[in-house]
Amino acid sequence: MTFLSYLISGISLGSIYAIIALGYTMVYGIAKMLNFAHGDVIMVGGYMSFMATTNFGWPPLLSVLFAMGVCTVLGILIEQLAYKPLRSAPSLAVLITAIGVSYFLQNAALLIWSPNPKSFTSVVLFDSVRLFDGKLIISGTTIVTIVACIIIIVALNTIVNKTKVGKAMRAVSEDKDVAQLMGISVNKTISITFAIGSALAAVAGVLLCSAYPILMPTTGAMPGIKAFTAAVFGGIGSIPGAFLGGILLGVIEILGKAYISTQLSDAIVFAVLIIILLVKPTGLLGKKVLVKV
Amino acid sequence: MKSLKSRYNIDNWLTYGLVIFAYIVMRILIANGKVSFALQGQLVPITVYIVMAVSLNLTVGVLGELSLGHAGFMSVGAFSGAISATLLELSVRTTLPAWMRLALAMIIGGIVAGFFGFLIGIPVLRLEGDYLAIVTLAFGEIIKNVINVIYIGYDANGIRISTESANALNLGENGKIILSGPMGAIGITKISTFTAGFILILITLFIVLNLINSRAGRAIKAVRDNKIAAESVGISTWKYRMMAFVTSAALAGAAGALYALNYSTVVARKFDFNTSILVLVFVVLGRMGNIRGSIIAATVLTVLPELLRTFNEVRMLVYAVILILVMLVRNNTTLQHLYQRIVTKLRYDRPPAEEGDEA
Repeated sequence: MTFLSYLISGISLGSIYAIIALGYTMVYGIAKMLNFAHGDVIMVGGYMSFMATTNFGWPPLLSVLFAMGVCTVLGILIEQLAYKPLRSAPSLAVLITAIGVSYFLQNAALLIWSPNPKSFTSVVLFDSVRLFDGKLIISGTTIVTIVACIIIIVALNTIVNKTKVGKAMRAVSEDKDVAQLMGISVNKTISITFAIGSALAAVAGVLLCSAYPILMPTTGAMPGIKAFTAAVFGGIGSIPGAFLGGILLGVIEILGKAYISTQLSDAIVFAVLIIILLVKPTGLLGKKVLVKV
Repeated sequence: MKSLKSRYNIDNWLTYGLVIFAYIVMRILIANGKVSFALQGQLVPITVYIVMAVSLNLTVGVLGELSLGHAGFMSVGAFSGAISATLLELSVRTTLPAWMRLALAMIIGGIVAGFFGFLIGIPVLRLEGDYLAIVTLAFGEIIKNVINVIYIGYDANGIRISTESANALNLGENGKIILSGPMGAIGITKISTFTAGFILILITLFIVLNLINSRAGRAIKAVRDNKIAAESVGISTWKYRMMAFVTSAALAGAAGALYALNYSTVVARKFDFNTSILVLVFVVLGRMGNIRGSIIAATVLTVLPELLRTFNEVRMLVYAVILILVMLVRNNTTLQHLYQRIVTKLRYDRPPAEEGDEA
């Protein structure tokens, strides 16, 4: 029974990683860039929800929507100001700019909200569910996290595969120039991708802070790196891959913490990643691109 | 071909000259008491970061592979260097002079980091692009976590190692804890000096510049430019990629040892992802493949936060904005064309296409 409860908390943590990883993977698939500032958008989302509930006294659901709104605007703003002028620049230049944006967000948060950790009250108001005569307790936050992740995956898959915007996204991801020739606005598509990714980051931020209620300017950094790992794990650019990678990463981390060593859990996660990449060099669900001479 | 060679030589001497000149100027300024205490404390870190940037440039600029775990090698070098320096001090009866202990620590740090570079290189160099980058990142994180659970002590009976706690070492009388898990390496005698850092920079430059302009270096650059073409003319890509990777790791290890011996304690957290990124920023801002650029960028960006002290609270914010603006301006196509035109005008005898390939 304890194994089951570890497994469930692993899936719950993995769901959060998956939601963050989706943002990474979508931006990578379409703009071909590693958006290192993504982890810090999570942190901004957390703070927004915190402010909305504590300072303005808004209901939890409204605070989540507020966080999503702010992060969407922030994501588009970052894209327009920092990344758009670098569309034709080498990828490392964009990477460094993304790091600059990440520093900026962290330090701005440091100035606005001070380095003191804030204790976040969970936005989930459900009671814990007790199963098997109280042997297995699942908290409301865990359930909401897993459900939210499933809804997001299904919605995203529908958007990407069934709608016109999704078709444009797939086209831009395949070949930017040809997509433009077909009358698709590449800039608009990339902006929409950033908007969706940032809104997801806000949701992830709120869920993360609900599960681990300490909010600091550096809150988003480590989950950001892990989610990036998850995205690569599953094959970067692939939406089902990000989901699978996120869940696996979360489960490995929690089980490693529980059964092997608390301090070494991160090392275990990364070691598994290295082994997976050795066996499948483009991630679990990544496409193998053959280079033709 | 001959003119190309002489150009490389002039370029290399310019790089050495710049470092030697900067060192002499700093020495004179220090002798005259013109250097603030805060800046004097930055001197060894600056030399460390220069070596880090130059060695990372070998991987990122010359070999063309993105590494996000360079601080991991620095960490390996720092801890093996610090531990060996402390052990040398405790165990050897006739105490070696400080400079000799420092030199030995840097050599050991370099060798151990180079060995780890080889171990990591085996899986890493099978991958490409972003996948390679993520594995180097993973390696850096693994090193950080593993060092956090190792405890090493020394007493009359010799060295003791534990992975549980400092008490589990069961040290005898006069026993000393050298590495204490999350507390890091403790009780280090500070023996790093600015001059040692200067010498390490010169050695690094000697190794890297000679490697770049050698047959092996040309092979490495060929692998970077087109792996398939390089393979088809008989260049062993594995061998040359590994050569660049291990050299880069070993130099980072030596720099790490120098860094660790500049403080009385050093923790594994110091060498995290952010440090790797910091060094990567130096390399990209100094222009990839350009060794002199790395040196200048590492110096300026290490001193910059100190200079921005007047802004106090907002200094890191200003740093971030400067970083973004520099990237935006440097990659602005209009400005780039303007720059190219000026450069071509100034040295019309040289084709502008060779820009950025200078080493």
